[in-house]
Amino acid sequence: MEKQSIDQLKKICSQVRRDCLRMVHAVQSGHPGAALGLTEYFVALFFKEMEHNNHFNMDGKGEDLFFLSNGHVSALWYSVLARTGYFSTDELGTFRKINSRLQGHPATHEGLPGIRIASGSLGQGLSVAIGAAQVKKLNNDDKLVYVMMGDGEQQEGQIWEAAMYAAHYKVDNLIAAVDYNGQQIDGPTEKVMDLKNLRAKYEAFGWEVIEIQKGNDMEAVLEGLEKAKKLTGKGKPVLILLYTEMGFGVDFMVGTHKWHGVAPNDEQLANALGQLEETLGDY
Amino acid sequence: MEKTLDLKFTYTEKKDTRSGFGDGLLEAGRRNPNVVGLCADLIGSLKMGAFQKEFPERFFQVGIAEANMIGLAAGMTIGGKIPFTGTFANFSTGRVYDQIRQSVAYSDKNVKICASHAGLTLGEDGATHQILEDVGMMKMLPHMTVIVPCDYNQTKAATLALVEHVGPAYLRFGRPSWPVFTPADQKFEIGKAVKMIEGKDVSIFATGHLVWEAIVAEAMLREEGISAEVINIHTIKPLDEEAILNSVQKTGCAVSAEEHQINGGLGDSIAQVLARNYPAPLEYIGVNDSFGESGTPAQLLEKYGLNAENIVKAAKKAIGRK
Repeated sequence: MEKQSIDQLKKICSQVRRDCLRMVHAVQSGHPGAALGLTEYFVALFFKEMEHNNHFNMDGKGEDLFFLSNGHVSALWYSVLARTGYFSTDELGTFRKINSRLQGHPATHEGLPGIRIASGSLGQGLSVAIGAAQVKKLNNDDKLVYVMMGDGEQQEGQIWEAAMYAAHYKVDNLIAAVDYNGQQIDGPTEKVMDLKNLRAKYEAFGWEVIEIQKGNDMEAVLEGLEKAKKLTGKGKPVLILLYTEMGFGVDFMVGTHKWHGVAPNDEQLANALGQLEETLGDY
Repeated sequence: MEKTLDLKFTYTEKKDTRSGFGDGLLEAGRRNPNVVGLCADLIGSLKMGAFQKEFPERFFQVGIAEANMIGLAAGMTIGGKIPFTGTFANFSTGRVYDQIRQSVAYSDKNVKICASHAGLTLGEDGATHQILEDVGMMKMLPHMTVIVPCDYNQTKAATLALVEHVGPAYLRFGRPSWPVFTPADQKFEIGKAVKMIEGKDVSIFATGHLVWEAIVAEAMLREEGISAEVINIHTIKPLDEEAILNSVQKTGCAVSAEEHQINGGLGDSIAQVLARNYPAPLEYIGVNDSFGESGTPAQLLEKYGLNAENIVKAAKKAIGRK
């Protein structure tokens, strides 16, 4: 990919981070940490890698689909959906407010374009994505299905029901990703409930696993996604272990679980925005 | 006892309602290529084998993983499929309530949750498998339609009706062989109660297996000179409020009869309608805040007060309270 367009994606990341912070700040509620950590991956997917259609259709036939299982990262998803044209960026200002289509956690509420299923209660998204992927095969639709999960979410048992099933049925048009930031609400995952060797676990279930060691480096994310795509269609579901830093891009938020579900105050917002270049215009 | 009664409905055979589901699903699959089946290791119990055999590419054995099954089904609607999930009623509801709530009901997905072995008449397996709370759980979910058909023919008709119905639905049926007394060619209208027997002294609103018990009870009451109206409430949500009110405005009192906890079941739905519109005595036939136990279906219905004799007693009590 050209250096220029990579630079463009990086700039979009800066704008998307500004959106997330402003949305969470405006209602003093939401989850900035993982949203900032996953920005490169979402921007890479929606602005570059996925073949998707913002003339939204619930069935999603003939296009790549994306599901967000760790629904608390909603601010990030809304920003990316708005900035890729699913709905007006003005609507981002309604996030988490009364009568909004932008619910605290994603919902099919009032038909918000881009959202195909509710999430927020963890552990369910992988199953949904597998169902959608199997139907793509039944419909002779060769496009892919992507799903994003949290690492803390791997503690849910349903994930492993789904992992077993996807390998058994050779669901190889699926690229799942785990946001491997090592943090959950109550602290580091290894202290709350150690996941141990997640790669070995998925491989033992019959998955192809790749790692993106620098999940906040756009070049690395693009390279990893291309690699993952090449692994599809070979009889195995594909998992990306995406190493990210929670709170990336804002020096006082990075690398700690403390900003998992806390909104910045006015001063903190100004400080954070000062660290992030505005490129597309704030909503 | 039944032999000596002058029943308004009779039967020539007994069949399980779950077979009505299985046969209905097969027919649904033939009529509509978007119908897919999912089952959590209970193909034989749910009578899904014929569908699996005829449409192997549209059938998904999920294994013992009900939460995943509900998520898969929700995902399958996104490509335009109409998934019918099958497992026991207990594992179809309580075990996966949050999955149904978020991925199916809140997301308004066209998933048909098909639940067998519901109620006490599962019998010998005992209380772990005899769920008596499922109707309550499902009817509380926004967007969810709740259907409890009364016999083989009606279960088959309901299954076919669900293919045309767009939206989340819960279909509840049972294990034992049961009288087949409704017509094979019946039209099944979701949300439309069926008046089985006209009467003037008391309204008996029954659902599922207890519709048959209500028919027997009507004959027993008639022998004593009491005229009972029997209405089959096969759809608990949306409830046919008009049919309920029309009947009670005529008879002045009612009995609800269901193979479910009294708390949260059909009777409570009827009580709400009456309290809001036309207060009248209502007696409940249902399980009274208790789990079940092992036994034959007939023994259990007798012990927990869910048979025709108990409907007769409840009807007299309701009439006495007018």
